[in-house]
Amino acid sequence: MPQKQKEGLLKDGKRIDGRKPTEFRDVNMEVGVLKSPDGSALVEIGNTRIIAAVKGPKELHPRHLQEPDKAVLQAKYRMAPFSVDDRMSPKPSRRSREISLVTKRALEPIVKLEKFPQLAINVYIEVLEADASTRVTGITAASLALADAGIPMNGLVQACAVGKLEEEMVLDVAGEEDAYGKADIPVAMINGSKDEITLLQMDGDITPEDVEEGLELAERGNKKLFEMQKDALREAHSGGDN
Amino acid sequence: MVISINDKNIKKLIEKGERLDDRELDEFRELNIEPNFIHETADGSAMIELGDTKMVVGISTDLDSPYPDAPDSGMLITNVELTPMAAPHYEPGPPGDEATEIARVVDRGIRESGVIDLSDLVIEEGESCYAVFIDVHVLDYDGNLMDAASIGAAVALLLGRLPVLDEDGNLDRDNYKDLPINGLPVTLTGSKIGSKLVYDTTADEEDVRDTRLTATVKEDGKVVNMQKGEPGTLDSEEVVEIIETIREKSEYFRKRIREAVEGA
Repeated sequence: MPQKQKEGLLKDGKRIDGRKPTEFRDVNMEVGVLKSPDGSALVEIGNTRIIAAVKGPKELHPRHLQEPDKAVLQAKYRMAPFSVDDRMSPKPSRRSREISLVTKRALEPIVKLEKFPQLAINVYIEVLEADASTRVTGITAASLALADAGIPMNGLVQACAVGKLEEEMVLDVAGEEDAYGKADIPVAMINGSKDEITLLQMDGDITPEDVEEGLELAERGNKKLFEMQKDALREAHSGGDN
Repeated sequence: MVISINDKNIKKLIEKGERLDDRELDEFRELNIEPNFIHETADGSAMIELGDTKMVVGISTDLDSPYPDAPDSGMLITNVELTPMAAPHYEPGPPGDEATEIARVVDRGIRESGVIDLSDLVIEEGESCYAVFIDVHVLDYDGNLMDAASIGAAVALLLGRLPVLDEDGNLDRDNYKDLPINGLPVTLTGSKIGSKLVYDTTADEEDVRDTRLTATVKEDGKVVNMQKGEPGTLDSEEVVEIIETIREKSEYFRKRIREAVEGA
């Protein structure tokens, strides 16, 4: 990434899409968008649009994957062929495999897996349209889908990506900022708190101070996402006791 | 599959000309079309809801070379993904028989009707051409994927665009021309359950259906594509009756597709 930086991504304190450094794109969350799975959610951040769904708890095959004392959380992240400009082959890639793995790790801490020994809980993430920040948006959507499915949880996970443009840390990396910025740092947290980070990745070239600042910024973003998650769940399950 | 009480009820009701959701046997569920559902990355798209069946169809374009035995034809590739979230029995993995059959039938409906003249996709004969991909992404399955996918593909194609070539002969994804389209075929399916012919089947109805016939009709009423599926049999009168019903119904769907495209 540092090898192909581009100038002009931050001009007079404005980003290429006109946002301020700490500004999120428009966010929309909808819970219960599909009928067939046990839980589902759509999250849109600008033009990044992702559906996550949950099936389970259900029997886990093959049996050797079963855990005697807890459920196994399985996650699958995929991009629809039309979700990027140059058609994405529907075949599994190393990238989607890695993202599936870090997504699973990001979500596991909140799910009360011990409630369902030997069973599986399946999380499916379909990226319908990508404009950067897809893995983090998938995690935010997956957490909503788990809640919609009624899976017992200790909290909600939400995630956003922070980056570095010129000398400034910015929130919610989008478009060319992803490909040409100085860093891309996806961060997932529990209940919008930097005390419980469940996913952290980075590629770029930054200082330890940038990391600290980036995490503060990510906390700001995730706090906002957490509030929106709660609103979306309340709206979908209104009449319930939350 | 276990035969549930529900399955028996569905069959009994249909023999009496009734359905669980109170529709007439030839009545379709509510159709919702959201054109250009994918804002930027697709070159034509639509979200289709037919009852509780839900899918996104998106077109992608690329540069390719014509096949050696068809130097004056561009490429059209149709692919269907039954995502694992769409139904309890769908699992991750490469497309199975069901997805492949839907993709083939939707593809034939487009190809045989001449809605895309593949020679229009040729850039230089035998050297370079456009490849047009139609990707059907099924998100929620409640039956009749074939008809919903065909409607979605038609909307996406009518909204389709081709990136023009820049000076170096590469695709310029900032400048587009319309995808050349001729006519609007409609593909619909009739199913046989017991002794009755039923249209727009739900997932529960498809579990008990004996057989089905899908047909594509052009605006002039001619049939360009047929596919009989499932193990059961049809007699020739039933075949003719299904085609007649599909011809009648196709006018409504042609109108809906055109309205969706004009409103986009």
